[in-house]
Amino acid sequence: MTPTTMNAEPLAELSAASKRFGPTVALDRLDLAVRSGELFALLGPNGAGKSTAISLLLGLLEPDSGAARLFGRSPRLVAARRGIGVMMQEAALAPELRVREQIELAASYYPAPDPTAAVLELTHLTPLAERPYAKLSGGQKRQVQFAVAVCGRPRLLFLDEPTVGMDLQARESMWATLRRLVAGGTAIVLTTHYLEEAEALASRVAVLAKGRLVASGTVDELRALVVRKQISCATRLTAEEVAAWPAVAGATRQQRHLRVTTDHAEEVVRRLLDADDALRELEVHRAGLAEAFTELTKETVK
Amino acid sequence: MNVNPSEAARELPRVMPVVAPSPWRPYWIEAKYETLRALRMPGFALPFLILPAGLYLLFAVVLFGTIKDPKAALQIFTGFAVFGVMGPGVFGFGMFVALEREQGLLTLKRALPAPPAAYLLAKMVMALLFSVIVMVSLIAAGLFAGLTLNVWQWLQIGLIDVAGALPFCALGLFVGVRASGKSAPAYANLIFQPMIYLSGLFYPLPRAIQWIPFGSPAYYLEQLAANAAGLPTRVPALVSVTVLVAVTLGLTWLALRRLARAG
Repeated sequence: MTPTTMNAEPLAELSAASKRFGPTVALDRLDLAVRSGELFALLGPNGAGKSTAISLLLGLLEPDSGAARLFGRSPRLVAARRGIGVMMQEAALAPELRVREQIELAASYYPAPDPTAAVLELTHLTPLAERPYAKLSGGQKRQVQFAVAVCGRPRLLFLDEPTVGMDLQARESMWATLRRLVAGGTAIVLTTHYLEEAEALASRVAVLAKGRLVASGTVDELRALVVRKQISCATRLTAEEVAAWPAVAGATRQQRHLRVTTDHAEEVVRRLLDADDALRELEVHRAGLAEAFTELTKETVK
Repeated sequence: MNVNPSEAARELPRVMPVVAPSPWRPYWIEAKYETLRALRMPGFALPFLILPAGLYLLFAVVLFGTIKDPKAALQIFTGFAVFGVMGPGVFGFGMFVALEREQGLLTLKRALPAPPAAYLLAKMVMALLFSVIVMVSLIAAGLFAGLTLNVWQWLQIGLIDVAGALPFCALGLFVGVRASGKSAPAYANLIFQPMIYLSGLFYPLPRAIQWIPFGSPAYYLEQLAANAAGLPTRVPALVSVTVLVAVTLGLTWLALRRLARAG
């Protein structure tokens, strides 16, 4: 095998993976592939199937049909999981162990981990090394969980809501560390509710809704998918009146301003100006990732 | 193709780890930290390490100091030994597994490349080490109370009771994989307390309920230890061993099956 084909092979992959929980379809023939060197953000509203997809890739669940693979092998195999690091949202580490001990324990699972001191340094935990986990703040606990995830020098890192509970400074520093890891060749799968986090970090975004992939691409590609724009203006026209126009998808009033959502911005702007001579403060916004996300997931739910 | 063999040999080691880590290392580290955790929990370590020998001394020396019958004195000792090794197993597994399951620690370990058995083996090592400490302190207390057994008998009782912690680990695990973190201590107590009082460990039960101990692993363990101490027993040693092994394997199997399905 040449190095090129090795790089092209996905590190983690779901192919036509389906999973049901009773009558609920959590995943519906989902295809996903994470390649080396990318930061892949998996987005979706609650219940979209994000955690199920991740659980399949981590070997915590098995697909009803289709396949999940890590480095071309079953994620149920410990040997396959030696290449990954994991940070989960709902995982309390042993409260009685000190920070250094948590890292040493997790590192023992890996064949060639980083020295504990280096991990403490990378995750800015050196001053807290001897502190019991129970005595840490919420944000510090997240940092330790992150240290546990990276200590084994994984090729692929799964991070579930890594910056929840962190203050702004800690979040910025975590983002910097993630960028450094990606630059060093680590691939990252990120699930997050903070769309600005995905917007700031992700080289590729996939949006799930109802267990299906509704869109995938770069942040810019995703924003371009949404032709919908937002018009904001100060006008005497009522929201009900404007909402009834054919090209308008929705209209709401927020204090002085009317906000109109539409796929045909030019047409609506022309009509707004015709209908109200005194109209002021006109602005037209292109969709951000947040709006793109809302639109993409709303359409599937319909 | 022209490959110089010495060159190839020089290239090879670069892609291999310089020192292959021992496959036992994660087991050892996990067991070390599990034991350290238990020792750092005063609410767990103090009662389970100090109570057995403390209570034994209180009852056998202070309160019943006048017991002249050496057989009765030995009987009380074997009863306390069973009581002492039950706690770390039932509660160490019952409470911690339930709590760690609920708080996601177990899920994280299953997602990380931790060897699948390391988590439970570490808890087992912890419970066995606690049982060793309990037995050493109890034997010391027994010598202090004037019990007369030979070294071989002491050793036998010690080993039987330490190994006898295993069925209680299995019992605790069985509770731990079913109960929630909050209800686990209650369930563990619901098993632990009646088993102590209804297994005839410390006093003979009324004739009408003398059949109850036959349903309790604690009773079979006490019978084994009593046999080693040269006391008369109602159950042959082979039967006791069979029951204890069956309880351990059966409950462990049921618990692991549940753990694999429900996590």
